[in-house]
Amino acid sequence: MGKRARHIESVTEVVPALDLDQVAPVEAAIARHRGRPGALLPILHAVQDALGHVPEGAVAPIAAALNMTRADVHGVVSFYHHFRSAPPGRHVLQLCRAEACQSMGARELESHARTRLGLSATAHHTGDGQFTLEPVYCLGNCALSPSLLLDGRLHGRMTPARLDALLAACRDDVERAA
Amino acid sequence: MSAVTVYVPGDAAAVSVGADEAASAIMREAAARGMEVRLVRNGSRGLLWLEPLVEVATSDGRVAYAPVTSDDVAGLFDAGWLDGGDHPLRLGDITQHPYFRDQQRVSFARVGVIDPVDVDDYAAHGGWRGLQRALALEPARIVQEVTDARLRGRGGAAFPTGIKWQTVHDTIAPQKYIVCNADEGDSGTFSDRMLMEGDPLCLVEGMAIAGLAVGATQGYIYLRSEYPHAWRALNTAIANAYAAGWLGDDIAGSGRRFDLEVRLGAGAYICGEETALLESLEGKRGMVRFKPPLPALKGLFGKPTVINNVITFSAVPAILADGAQAYHDRGTGRSRGTLPLQLAGNIARGGLVELPFGSTLRTLLYDYGGGSASGRPIRAVQVGGPLGAYLPESLFDTPLDYEAFAQVGGMIGHGGIVVFDDTVDMLQQARYAMEFCAVESCGKCTPCRIGSTRGVEVIDRFATHGAAQETLLRDLCDTMLHGSLCALGGMTPFPVLSALDHFPEDFDRIRQPSAA
Repeated sequence: MGKRARHIESVTEVVPALDLDQVAPVEAAIARHRGRPGALLPILHAVQDALGHVPEGAVAPIAAALNMTRADVHGVVSFYHHFRSAPPGRHVLQLCRAEACQSMGARELESHARTRLGLSATAHHTGDGQFTLEPVYCLGNCALSPSLLLDGRLHGRMTPARLDALLAACRDDVERAA
Repeated sequence: MSAVTVYVPGDAAAVSVGADEAASAIMREAAARGMEVRLVRNGSRGLLWLEPLVEVATSDGRVAYAPVTSDDVAGLFDAGWLDGGDHPLRLGDITQHPYFRDQQRVSFARVGVIDPVDVDDYAAHGGWRGLQRALALEPARIVQEVTDARLRGRGGAAFPTGIKWQTVHDTIAPQKYIVCNADEGDSGTFSDRMLMEGDPLCLVEGMAIAGLAVGATQGYIYLRSEYPHAWRALNTAIANAYAAGWLGDDIAGSGRRFDLEVRLGAGAYICGEETALLESLEGKRGMVRFKPPLPALKGLFGKPTVINNVITFSAVPAILADGAQAYHDRGTGRSRGTLPLQLAGNIARGGLVELPFGSTLRTLLYDYGGGSASGRPIRAVQVGGPLGAYLPESLFDTPLDYEAFAQVGGMIGHGGIVVFDDTVDMLQQARYAMEFCAVESCGKCTPCRIGSTRGVEVIDRFATHGAAQETLLRDLCDTMLHGSLCALGGMTPFPVLSALDHFPEDFDRIRQPSAA
């Protein structure tokens, strides 16, 4: 193999592939929505609903189905806060950081949650894979602030004590499963 | 004995404080006592601090009990609440409650009253009258009604709805679209959510009327992904409307067509900006478009598009049903009709208050809201979401109308009012405004994309460099204000500058080393 061939090999990227068990859900999402106008967001939602995130390997088949470039699809996935490119923890805690919740102590609630979960100010995932903490900007529950979503369930008028109880219930659930 | 109807809100706010648990406890307790209860998951009446607010349909009308937790249920049955029995939680007729009595509900007339997804219940409470009248009118005449009502866009920009519709009506195209902006991302606002959960058919009817008016046969509701309850309510309501013949290729036997579907956003605040929303609906990144061309000429998929907010569309059925004059008679100056205001944040009685334009912040904050939740003095309120100005107590008597608010450097926006007590640090709030803009900027224009990040840094330097930063911050705000492509970068300076103007003491960090 000559020098030039080695050079080409070094710049040829590997297109990420899906895990075997991810193929069917992604194909199903594409098949269900590809005919709709503006199909990309519905497809990405269906993929994330099925897998908990949008794996990098999903980008190529979606791009092929919609006659788009992989760069375009990647650009959309990474633009929207809702789409995750990595699997979340077993429990997802989304704390509202917007103004109405701030006025009722959301900043304090977030630092309390971070202390309880052992997360630094910028970390999102606990080391044991049990919790993911994400910021959200307004859950539309601004009269009953502060608010959070725990595994998709909305809770209002949150206090550090009630958050502790919710997290403890999650941990019990984890122990039962173990 | 026939079943007694019990209303337990399925509204997300009520659910967030235990409405689901209360509902199952009620059904469990009724079964255990051999009593027949018909459960209706209605919308919220808007007295959100009292949620879960449960109503029992007695022979003397609806009797409210609130707040009802699952622990209260056995005691309520003991008190004979199915016959309106007395109990410490009994509030009686909620429409006579001081919070509710003087409201003028147009968009929210049915919210909390009816079963949200029941097309017949909707009809029994005045629904479909607007659409039926619209079916009998020439399209131009429908547009004229909306113009005469002087309805202005309730999303925030307050653009006259009739002019927008007229433009789309006058444009010849093989396909036109109706798009509802339900990307209610402003903190402190939840009226779109409450309407979509409590009376989704009102939005369906308003959009169908818009379709008839401008000659559009396809509608999309762009809903933010943070609203799963509204997603379910809208999809059920739309399916029921199709089944009953109010949507589809033959609306109410007229031979006219209107199709409607809900599309989910994906957590991008910028998609509340109408052109970014259209990009997102087309399956792209939510990047703001240059205007012109206006969406009314080249909108969704390049076709003429009416794009309005949820509350704008929800005012339309009443305008068609009762005539433009009845709507126009409400309000003040150039702000006609009613506005659903939302009391949020640090407020004792948070909730939704629909009033004609012209009341004051003071009335809302103290008469309705009952002051702060913490019991401390109210120091600042932010009206109109994260791009709205922070107003001090001295401006609480400003009348709530678009022009009066613009005069004091504020904006009503979507009608959200977020209350802060005297523990608020206004420098932190100004910093947050810049931080939020940095997180949510689409990145297309430089003042917004880079200015917001520099804004955070400049504000952080108040602690070390003191008030000398003020010149720099004002200069930066000036650039963002005049150089940004859309309202995100262009209005982020409003909360920042208003904090600086009205609360300068919070920015004087050098002289108060303890605060830094």
